[in-house]
Amino acid sequence: MTQPQTIVDKIWEQHVVHAEQGKPDLLYIDLHLVHEVTSPQAFDGLRMTNRSVRRPDLTLATVDHNVPTTDRTLPNPDPLSTQQIEVLRTNCNDFDIPLWDIFDLRQGIVHIISPEHGLTQPGMTIVCGDSHTSTHGAFGALAFGIGTSEVEHVLATQTLPQSRPKTMSVEVTGELGVGVTAKDVILAIIQRTGVDGGVGHVIEYRGDVIRNLSMEERMTVCNMTIEGGARAGLIAPDEKTFQYLRGKEFSPSGLDWDRQVENWKKLVSDDGAIFDKSIVLDGNNIAPHVTWGTTPAQSVPVSDVVPNPDDATTASSRETAQRALKYMGLEAGTAITDIGIDRVFIGSCTNGRIEDLRRAATIIDGQKVSSSVNAMIVPGSGKVKQQAEEEGLDVIFKDAGFEWREPGCSMCLGMNPDILLPQERCASTSNRNFEGRQGAGGRTHLVSPEMAAAAAISGNFVDVREII
Amino acid sequence: MKEVKQVRGNAIPLNRADVDTDQIIPKQFLKRIERTGYGEFAFFDWRKDDDFITNRPQYQGAPIMLAQQNFGCGSSREHAVWALEDMGVEAIIAPSFGDIFRNNCSKVGLLTIQLDQDDVDYLMSRAEELPEGEIVINLENQTVMIGSDWSRQFKIDEFVKHRLLNGLDDIGITLANEEKISSFEEIRSIFLPSTDQAGQDNLKIN
Repeated sequence: MTQPQTIVDKIWEQHVVHAEQGKPDLLYIDLHLVHEVTSPQAFDGLRMTNRSVRRPDLTLATVDHNVPTTDRTLPNPDPLSTQQIEVLRTNCNDFDIPLWDIFDLRQGIVHIISPEHGLTQPGMTIVCGDSHTSTHGAFGALAFGIGTSEVEHVLATQTLPQSRPKTMSVEVTGELGVGVTAKDVILAIIQRTGVDGGVGHVIEYRGDVIRNLSMEERMTVCNMTIEGGARAGLIAPDEKTFQYLRGKEFSPSGLDWDRQVENWKKLVSDDGAIFDKSIVLDGNNIAPHVTWGTTPAQSVPVSDVVPNPDDATTASSRETAQRALKYMGLEAGTAITDIGIDRVFIGSCTNGRIEDLRRAATIIDGQKVSSSVNAMIVPGSGKVKQQAEEEGLDVIFKDAGFEWREPGCSMCLGMNPDILLPQERCASTSNRNFEGRQGAGGRTHLVSPEMAAAAAISGNFVDVREII
Repeated sequence: MKEVKQVRGNAIPLNRADVDTDQIIPKQFLKRIERTGYGEFAFFDWRKDDDFITNRPQYQGAPIMLAQQNFGCGSSREHAVWALEDMGVEAIIAPSFGDIFRNNCSKVGLLTIQLDQDDVDYLMSRAEELPEGEIVINLENQTVMIGSDWSRQFKIDEFVKHRLLNGLDDIGITLANEEKISSFEEIRSIFLPSTDQAGQDNLKIN
């Protein structure tokens, strides 16, 4: 009788190229996603050592991090961004890597475009020089972010030496209330585990709440896995996964499809499989969350108040909380719904998919953005943008006073001109509220698309449960 | 990669927890396509405060950085490691590190040393009181020492240690197993997707 295995064990074993005592396993990588920001030095490394790209046919590049989200037929005013994009073009051309470039309909945030074309499939190993690669775990793939040295390693060898991670089960039981979203689930999980609770682990998300999420919602959950410290987080594939993938451009078809679905069905953790760590959350108790500090773990339910640092259990967390409040310009005890905002950003690899935009649109429809707020919506990909326009969502957004932009990472990290000014306060559907993340001195509150949309209209945070 | 055997010198006490890589190197510097020259931009926003620890003259050029838990969390940007390396940091001691950052450090040859909270707190206080105080890190013996009075052992992955001590190139090591990669590719599932047909120029818009 073989030992019960977790899904991570199964995927791992299917990808070990070489194992040797006292060394990390050499893992085969099924898909390598490349973007303009973390790759130039890796390609330089290949040139310096006279190495080539081993499998350009398992590699896909796009431009997303620093592209402008305004009219791209106009010249890009930023010479450094222009150069970085040009360098990626040259590298893709020199090394034969397919590139979904800026005028390609398929261009978009790397973690959005791969799933939407069916490139992300269950059981695969997927890497990218971006920490939010964990997104692809929603399909039951083992997917994680890597640094530029590792990007070079994968380009040259299509493998990565990796030590076997520990496993962590995060089970969310029960049922989510109306107005409570996947974003709130992951913010609640991180609030519970802390920003380093997952370090050294791969998380498997389980439980009824996770099962009941759509594929896009599952991507939102897996996307923010790294914010809890774990490099990868995944969800066992099920009928929803297969339905999502059926008929996609890169999905298998015909008899191959049937064979593959049978293989994918085996990608579940066996009964009795042992996790190194386990936590359980009651989904019935999760409320819409708003971050108040400068780490994604510093969040509270929207009906709550800004916590008092004096209530922290350790001196270090008290100091961290005091620092965060000072940076955020907030007083302990302030009701979250009394916090006024200046900007709204709806988009990013966390919440820039079509379902996110549809849900935001239901809140925005027929309303106007508050006169004190500047609000923008940045679709995650060209395809998301096209779909939204076919459904008329862009009209709803524009009529309400939102800016409707071209796809990219945009204000999630502010590498392009989409940034906050110092002290500007933003309700953002992105993934990081670090100091200066959206612009030096800018103050970020992470929320769901519904919460961001409602805040745009009111000019302050509102409990969406009261308006849905 | 250069060999790392010993790091000896004073330490910068960066007494903060959860220092993310966005703080170590803000995004505006990620547009550069070079691998060097990031040191002057390290902790760019925090350095605007004249009293910030890395601005103090007594810590200039210190080869060791002390930090609190979860140092280097967040973004995978290896630029954060390059920035620390470029400002002269050769080793970082903290109670814990972000996974991707720690891994990136091991590829570049920057030593990350995990010590118990109490030990980090002691070293932190000492570096604050005695900015020139020397710490000696010996990778072979896996020790952190202050003179002959204080010594702690640290754990490190055996293979990472071997690579650092010998300055070995990871890609070179992997390519020594090139035949195994090829054999794996021969038996790899034919159902898996390929980007071969992803084409560069179809579906153009505008």
